[in-house]
Amino acid sequence: MKHLLDTASLDREDAVAILDIAEEMALVSQREIKKLPVLRGRTVVNLFFEDSTRTRLSFEAAAKRLSADVLNFSAKGSSVSKGESLQDTIQTISAMGADALVVRHSGAGTAHRLAHTGWIDVPVVNAGDGTHEHPTQALLDAFTLRRALNGFPASGPVEEGPRGRGLDGAKVAIVGDVLHSRVARSNVHLLARLGADVHLIAPPTLLPWGAETWPVTIHYDLDEALAAEDFQAVMMLRVQHERMHESFFPNAREYARLWGLSAARLAVLPAETFIMHPGPMNRGFEISAAAADSSRALVLDQVENGVSVRMAVLYRLLTGQEETND
Amino acid sequence: MTQRTVLDAPDITRAITRIAHEIIESDKGSDNLVLLGIPRRGVPLATRLADQIAEISGGETQASELVGSLDITMYRDDLRGGSYRAPEPTRIPSAGIDGRTVVLVDDVLFSGRTIRAALDALADLGRPAKVRLAVLVDRGHRDLPIRADHVGKNLPTSSSERVNVSLAEIDGEDAVTISGGRE
Amino acid sequence: MTDYLIRGADILGRGAGDIAIKDGRIVDPDLLGAGAETIEAAGLVALPGLVDMHTHLREPGKEDAETILTGSRSAAAGGYTCVHAMANTAPVADTAGVVEQVHRLGRSAGYTEVVPIGAVTIGQAGEQLAELGAMARSAARVRMFSDDGICVSDPLLMRRALEYVKTFDGIIAQHAQEPRLTEGAQMNEGTVSAELGLPGWPAVAEESIIARDVLLAEHVGSRLHVCHVSTAGSVDLIRWAKSRGIRVTAEVTPHHLMLTDELVRTFDPVYKVNPPLRTAADVTALREALADGTIDVVGTDHAPHTAEHKCSEWTAAAMGMVGMETALPIVVEAMSDHDFDFGDLARIMSSAPARITGASGHGSLEIGASANIVLIDPNRSHTIVPAEHATKGRNNPFAGLDVATDITDTFFYGHRVLAEGVLSTPHPAGASWTDQ
Repeated sequence: MKHLLDTASLDREDAVAILDIAEEMALVSQREIKKLPVLRGRTVVNLFFEDSTRTRLSFEAAAKRLSADVLNFSAKGSSVSKGESLQDTIQTISAMGADALVVRHSGAGTAHRLAHTGWIDVPVVNAGDGTHEHPTQALLDAFTLRRALNGFPASGPVEEGPRGRGLDGAKVAIVGDVLHSRVARSNVHLLARLGADVHLIAPPTLLPWGAETWPVTIHYDLDEALAAEDFQAVMMLRVQHERMHESFFPNAREYARLWGLSAARLAVLPAETFIMHPGPMNRGFEISAAAADSSRALVLDQVENGVSVRMAVLYRLLTGQEETND
Repeated sequence: MTQRTVLDAPDITRAITRIAHEIIESDKGSDNLVLLGIPRRGVPLATRLADQIAEISGGETQASELVGSLDITMYRDDLRGGSYRAPEPTRIPSAGIDGRTVVLVDDVLFSGRTIRAALDALADLGRPAKVRLAVLVDRGHRDLPIRADHVGKNLPTSSSERVNVSLAEIDGEDAVTISGGRE
Repeated sequence: MTDYLIRGADILGRGAGDIAIKDGRIVDPDLLGAGAETIEAAGLVALPGLVDMHTHLREPGKEDAETILTGSRSAAAGGYTCVHAMANTAPVADTAGVVEQVHRLGRSAGYTEVVPIGAVTIGQAGEQLAELGAMARSAARVRMFSDDGICVSDPLLMRRALEYVKTFDGIIAQHAQEPRLTEGAQMNEGTVSAELGLPGWPAVAEESIIARDVLLAEHVGSRLHVCHVSTAGSVDLIRWAKSRGIRVTAEVTPHHLMLTDELVRTFDPVYKVNPPLRTAADVTALREALADGTIDVVGTDHAPHTAEHKCSEWTAAAMGMVGMETALPIVVEAMSDHDFDFGDLARIMSSAPARITGASGHGSLEIGASANIVLIDPNRSHTIVPAEHATKGRNNPFAGLDVATDITDTFFYGHRVLAEGVLSTPHPAGASWTDQ
C-alpha cells in the first residue's frame, strides 16, 4: 500500500489492518503522553484546495500525535488562486521536503493524479476529491460501526476491541444525496467489502445513473425501506440546500418530509439502530434534532475516531517500504 | 546450515524459575512489581514469570495484576527501512507503573536497540521508580550501553549466527537453538 | 515542378499498377517525360490523399497550441491533402475576413489544403446568424458551417441556418450536445462516471439533438452533417434518417472507434474529450456503422492543446485529442475485424468527405485528377510516439500503442510534401480547389 486514494481498490485485509491499528491508536489517548514518536522528523503536508476545517484539523491532530511536523497549505489566498498550475504547486511542496501529502480538492481524481504523475514521490492520502471518494471518512465510519455493532463503546480507548473483524452481515442504510456524496461512494465500497449489506435510500434524482450496478440494494421510499428492513445503522448524508435550485427535489420541506430522519421516523426505528452522519449536519433538513441528539447517534464518536483512523493511515503509509500494490 | 539446541524445555523452565526468585529477592517482595513483556516472545515469558512470582509469594499477588505488555513498534529507530510492521498491543496493569518497579522482559538481548526503544515507550506511559531487564538469552554484541539484570543464559555467539527462541504459547514447543554462522 | 512515376503500388488495394504525376495532375504514364523521378512503391498501397472534415488548427488566436503551418505539416505527415479548419478560433471565423485569412495562411503553408469552416452564428454565441453568404462568396468559398465546440441548440436558429445555406448548396455540421443536459459534464454518463463521481455527459444529450436535427433537415430539405457521432443510439437515429431519404451525413473520430470510458479511471486528462469516450457497446456500434455506410466519414477532431491545459487535474483540463498523424493507422486497427478493404478506407477518409464538402480537387486517383495521393505501408509496425509528431499538440491518446500501418509519402497537388516518412518542402505555389 503506497497511497490511500480510494476504497474501491482497498482490499479487505488492508482495511481490517488499518482498523486494527486504529484500535491501538485509540489507546494512546488514555496515556500520560498522548503522543507517539513514530513519525518524528517527517513532514506531512495538508494540501487543501477546498475549505474543510474539520477534516484538516483531524489530519493535523493525527499527524501531530505521531510526532510529525505538519505544514498546512490552503489554496485560498495562495498562488493557486493566482493561476499557478497544480504541477508547480506540487513541485514546490516537493522541493520543501514533504514526506506525505494529504490532499483535498473539489475535482474528482486529483489525489489519484498527484500520486501517478511523477511530480512528487511520496504517499498521497485522499482527503476528499470532488464527488468521488473520501476514504478516511469511510474507514472511520467502519471503525465506529465495528465498535458499536460488536457491543463496544463506539469511541475511546478499548483494550480488547473488535480486532480482526469486518462488518459481516451488518445491514446499513445510507440515506440522501448519494449522487454528490464522496462519503457515500467510499462507504459503499468499503462497507460492502467488509461484508455489510448496504442499502441506498434516496430520491432517484440523487442517485447516480448506473448505481444499480453497485453492490447495494436501492430504495426510493424511506418509510417503506425502514418498514421492510431491520437496519442496524442508518447513515444520513448531508444535503446541500442549493441542490433544490437545480431541480433535484422541489424544496427543502418536501425533502425533509420524505427523506429526512424526523422524530417520527426515529420513533419507529428499532431501539438498537445506530444513527450516523458525516457532518456537518443540517438539523431539521436531512436529520431532526431528536435524531441527531439521541443516545443512538454516533456522530461525535465518528469525529473522535477520525483522529485514530487517520493516525493509522499515516502510520501504515509512512513506515516501512512495502511493495507497492498501487 | 546447522542448527544446535542450546536450551531445551526443562532448561527454559529452570531458567524462568531462577529469574523469578532473583526478581523477588532483588525487589524484596512482589508488592510493587510490574512485569512488561516485549512482543512477541517477551509476553509469554513475562506471563510465566508472573505465574511463578505469584506462586512463590504464596498467593498474595494475582499474576494478572503483575503482568502486561509493552509494544515498542512505534519507538523503533528503523521504521523507514525494512518492511512495514503492524503494531502489537501495549497493556498496562490497572494500577499503572508510576512509582513501581518495572521489569522489562524479552527473549533475546542482542544490540540493545529494542530495550532503548522500550525505555522510551515506558517514559511516555509514566514514571516507574526503577526499571530492570530480564532476558532469557544474552548473546552479546551490544550497540548501546545496556545490560540485563536477570539472564537465563549467557550465550557466546558470532554476530552472523542466528538465535531462535521458540515458546510453547506461540511456537508449540520450548527451545532455544542457534543456526547459521560461518563454519 | 518534379514529375513522378509511382511504380508498382497497390492502387486502392485492387492490384499493383503505376501512377504518373505531371504538372500536379495524375496522367497516363505514357505521357511522362524523361525527367520524371521514379518511386519504387512495391508493397505500398496508393490511396487518394486523405480529407479531414474536422480539424482544429487554432490559428488565429491560440498559436501556442497549433498554427496553420504546424497543423498543415501534421496533416501532411498523416497523409491528409485537405483539412477543414473549424471556426472556433479567436476571433471566431464568422466573417469573410477571417475565413480568407485562414485560407491564405493555409496556401502559404503549402503542406495541405486548408479549407475554412465558417461559424453558423456570430461569435458562436448561438444568437444570430453569421454572414454565411459573404463567407460562401469569399475567396475561401466556404461551403460548410459549424459552431463546433458548441451546439446550435436553438431549434429555430438551426432551422434557419439549414434553410439559408441551400442558396449555395452549403451544409451545416452540427456538434450535437444538448447544453442543459451536459452542464458541468466531465465524462460519459455511465457506470464508470457513477463510480468516479465525475458529472456525466449522457448519450441522450447527443441523440436528442440528432433526432431533432434530422427532422428539421427533412422538413426543410437541407443537408445536415453530424460531427463526431459517439453513441449507439445516434447510429440508430442516423440509420433511420437515411432510410427515410433525409440528406444527413455522419462522422466518427478515430478515438471513438478505439477507446472507451474505462480509460477515465486513470484520471489522465489525455483521455478527456468532447464528446466523451463512451462504452465498449458504443464502440462496437460505431465500427459496424462505419462498415455498413451509416457513418460516412472519419473526421479526426484534431484538437491540440498546450501542456498546461492537459498537465493538470482532470476537472481543470481542456477537452480534446490530437489525431491527424495517427488517424489512418488507428482506423485500420479499429476496422480489422470487419470486411473493410483499402477501397472502403479511401471512401471514408477521402472520397466521401471530399464529396460532402465539395473539395473537388481531392478524393480521386483517376487520370486527370489533381495529384493528391498518399502512399501507405500496411506492414510497417511501429509504436506511436507523440513527441515525434509534427503537431504542437502532445495530447495524443494512442501514445505507446503498436500499429501496423505507416504513412510513407504524401503528394499535395503533385508536390511530394512527405517523402519516405519525412516531411519535405512545402508546395512552392500553394494550391487549392478554388483555383480550378
